[in-house]
Amino acid sequence: MFQSLDFPGGRVAFTSEMSFIAESSEKRVKCYRVLDDNGHPMSSRFEQISKEVAVKMYSSMVTLQIMDTIFYEAQRQGRLSIYMTSNGEEAINIASAAALSPDDVVLPQYREPGVLLWRGFTLQEFTNQCFGNKADYGKGRQMPIHYGSNRLNYFTVSSPIATQLPQAVGAAYSLKMDRRDACVVTYFGDGGSSEGDFHASLNFAAVMEAPVVFICRNNWWAISTPTSEQFRSDGIVVRGQAYGVRSIRVDGNDALAVYGAIHAAREMAIREHRPILVEALTYRVGHHSTSDDSTRYRPADEIQHWKISRNPLARFRKWIKRNGWLNDEDESELRGNVRKQLLHAIQLAERTEKPPLEDLFTDVYDHLPSNLQEQERLLRETIEKHPQDYPADVPV
Amino acid sequence: MASIFQAVGAARALSSSNSFDSKKFYLTSRESVSERKGSIFVVRSDGRMNSGRVDKLVTNAVATKADSAAASTASKPGHELLLFEALREGLEEEMDRDPRVCVMGEDVGHYGGSYKVTKGLAPKYGDLRVLDTPIAENSFTGMAIGAAMTGLRPIVEGMNMGFLLLAFNQISNNCGMLHYTSGGQFTIPVVIRGPGGVGRQLGAEHSQRLESYFQSIPGIQMVACSTPYNAKGLMKAAIRSENPVILFEHVLLYNLKERIPDEEYICNLEEAEMVRPGEHITILTYSRMRYHVMQAAKTLVNKGYDPEVIDIRSLKPFDLHTIGNSVKKTHRVLIVEECMRTGGIGASLTAAISENFHDYLDAPIVCLSSQDVPTPYAGTLEEFTIVQPAQIVTAVEQLCQQ
Repeated sequence: MFQSLDFPGGRVAFTSEMSFIAESSEKRVKCYRVLDDNGHPMSSRFEQISKEVAVKMYSSMVTLQIMDTIFYEAQRQGRLSIYMTSNGEEAINIASAAALSPDDVVLPQYREPGVLLWRGFTLQEFTNQCFGNKADYGKGRQMPIHYGSNRLNYFTVSSPIATQLPQAVGAAYSLKMDRRDACVVTYFGDGGSSEGDFHASLNFAAVMEAPVVFICRNNWWAISTPTSEQFRSDGIVVRGQAYGVRSIRVDGNDALAVYGAIHAAREMAIREHRPILVEALTYRVGHHSTSDDSTRYRPADEIQHWKISRNPLARFRKWIKRNGWLNDEDESELRGNVRKQLLHAIQLAERTEKPPLEDLFTDVYDHLPSNLQEQERLLRETIEKHPQDYPADVPV
Repeated sequence: MASIFQAVGAARALSSSNSFDSKKFYLTSRESVSERKGSIFVVRSDGRMNSGRVDKLVTNAVATKADSAAASTASKPGHELLLFEALREGLEEEMDRDPRVCVMGEDVGHYGGSYKVTKGLAPKYGDLRVLDTPIAENSFTGMAIGAAMTGLRPIVEGMNMGFLLLAFNQISNNCGMLHYTSGGQFTIPVVIRGPGGVGRQLGAEHSQRLESYFQSIPGIQMVACSTPYNAKGLMKAAIRSENPVILFEHVLLYNLKERIPDEEYICNLEEAEMVRPGEHITILTYSRMRYHVMQAAKTLVNKGYDPEVIDIRSLKPFDLHTIGNSVKKTHRVLIVEECMRTGGIGASLTAAISENFHDYLDAPIVCLSSQDVPTPYAGTLEEFTIVQPAQIVTAVEQLCQQ
C-alpha cells in the first residue's frame, strides 16, 4: 500500500481528504516589535545596543528628517528639479544600516538614503548629487536622490522598479565565489514586490543559496495604489515560504526591532548561505515625490496619524531619553547644526560649476568611440555658432 | 586586422546544413594560386586596420607585409574545429586566464548548453562558475549585471536570442546605462551571447534578429561572428572588454568547420573583415548572409564582376573606416542582411554610409533584407523570407549597370 510518493524535494504523503489550502491564514503573520508606542521595551529579550550606537542612530534619523525637509523645500522653491522624501521610514533606513557591516553590498530602490548617510556620505555629497554639479560622483547624469558610491558599497540608484533585486542575487553570487564574510542587502517597496524581478530574484536566491537579505519597506502606498490593490496575499512576508526563503515581519517604525531583525538576518544569510526576507511594516508619510500630492487619494487624517502617533523618531527618542543618553538641549543643538550645514551645503552646491560638456560623452564606454567623438565635435561646433542658446553655467 | 582566409587548391568542407556547396572560393585572376595549399592566412588583430595593407596582402599570396606574426602563423599547422567548438575554446581560454570569468544561463552547466558551447566546462570549473539558472531571462541578466558591478566578468547565454527580449529592461536600462549614470564608479563588463537569426523551421518566436532592437541602446557594443576564426577571436575580445558586449551567433552556423591557429589571438571588436577584395561593388553583410553573398560572388565572378565582400562583424559601432575605404574605391554599395526591412542594421548602415560617403556613391545604396513579416514555419515560405544568392546576383547586376 503506497502511503506516500517519492518526489523531488522529499516524500509527499497521500490523503483521501480533498482540501484546498486556504488563500490566506485566519490569523495574519505576527509582527516583531521591541518598543511599544511609548518607547518601553515589551520584553527584556532584545538585541541591546550601546549608548554610542543608539545616539548615532537617533542623530542620523534626525539628520535624515531634516535633510528631507530642506531638500523638499528647495524643490518647492525651484532650486531642485525633483525630490523624494523618506518621511516616516527613518527607522528602516538607519536601523537597518546600523545592523550591517561596511563590507555588505547595498542595492537600494530609491527611498533609502539613510543607509548612505549612516555609512558616511556627507551632507555636501548628497547635495552635490541633487544639484548635479561638478563634484557629484554621478557627474550630473542622474536625477536627484539617485545616489551611488562604490567606496561605501552602495550601488547607484536606478529608476526602474525592482531591477536591483536580481542584481542583488548576482552580487551575492560574486561574494559567495570570493568567500567573503559579507552579504548583500537590497531594498524595495510593497509596489516593487509585484514586479516579475521580485519573484525570480527570491527564487534564484533560494536555489543558488545566495546570501541576500531582501528588505521590503511595506509602506502601504505605491504612488496612489494602496496595498489592497497591489496584492491579495498577507503582505510580502508570506511569499518567502513559497520560494523556500526564511522570512520575518517586523515593525518598521521600531528602530530596535529593525536593528535586531536585520542583524539576525545578516548572520543567517552569511553563516547559512541563504536568502532572508524581511518585511518592515511602515507608512509613507510624505508624498511619493515632489510631483505627487497624496492628499488627492488618501485621507489627511490617516497621514497625520502615522506622522504623529506612529512617528519612528518619537518612539526611539523616548527610549533613549529614558536611558539618559540624550536630552532636549542636545537635540535642538543637533537640529540647528544640521540645518545650518545643509543650507551652507546648498549654497555651495549651487555656486559650484556644472560638469563640463565632455562628461556628456564620457563613460558611455570605457574609451570614447569615433561616433561619439564626432557627435561631440558637432555639438561643440553648434555651441560655438549659437553661444547665446547655450546655458552659461556649463563649462564647455 | 582583417582575417583573410584563402583556401587554395584543397576544397574546404563547410559542413553546415546550408544550401551553399562546399567548393573552394575563387581569387581574382591576378593572384598566384600555386603557393599556398590548404592552409589559412591569419593576421593578428592588433589595432586599427591600415587601408593600404589589404591590397598588398591580396596581390601577394605568399607573404604579408613583413608581418612576423603572419609568417610564424604560416609555419604552424593550426587545428580544425567547428564554430561552436571555437566559441567554447575561446571561452575556456578566458576562463583559464581569469578566475573572475563565469558563465550563466539555462542548461549551460551539466547539460553543456543547448548548442554545446559550454560542454565540458561545468565539470572542469564547477557549477558555481558555470551556473544553471531558473527560467527568467530578465533576472539572470540582472544577476550578471550585479555580479559584474561587484567584480566578476559574467557571460550570459540566452538559449535563443529571442528570449533576451525578456531581458530588455536590464540590458537597456541598466547594462548600457549604469557605467554612465554612476559617473564611472561601476563597470559592467558582461558578455551577452546566444544564437539568433532564422534557422530551419524554428517558428517565428525562435527566428528573431535582435540586433535590430538592441542597436539603439547607448553603452553597449554589438558584434556578430560568422566563422570559427572570428567566433573565437570575438568571444575572447568581448570577455576582455570593459564594456558590455552582445555577441550574436547564428543557429545555422554552429557546425561550420575551419582550421584556426594554435597560438592565441583576438579579433578586434570594432573591425570589419575583408572577405573578398574587389573593384566593382562593395557588398556589406554579416553572420549567415556572408555565405549567401559568397555563393552569389562565385556566380558574379563567372559573369565577369569583381565584388568586394566585407563582413561588417561590428554591428555597433560600424567600422566606417573599412567600409568608407571600400566605398571610395568601388562607388557602389549593396547591403545584404537577415534583419527585417524596417529598422534593421541595414537601415542604419544605409543612413550612416549616405551621411558620410554620399559624394563617393555613383548609385543609390541598395539594401536586401527580409520582409517585415514574422518568420513562417513552413519551409518554403521561410526560404522566401531570406535573401537568396540569386537575388544578390540580380541586385549587383542592376547596380553595376547604373
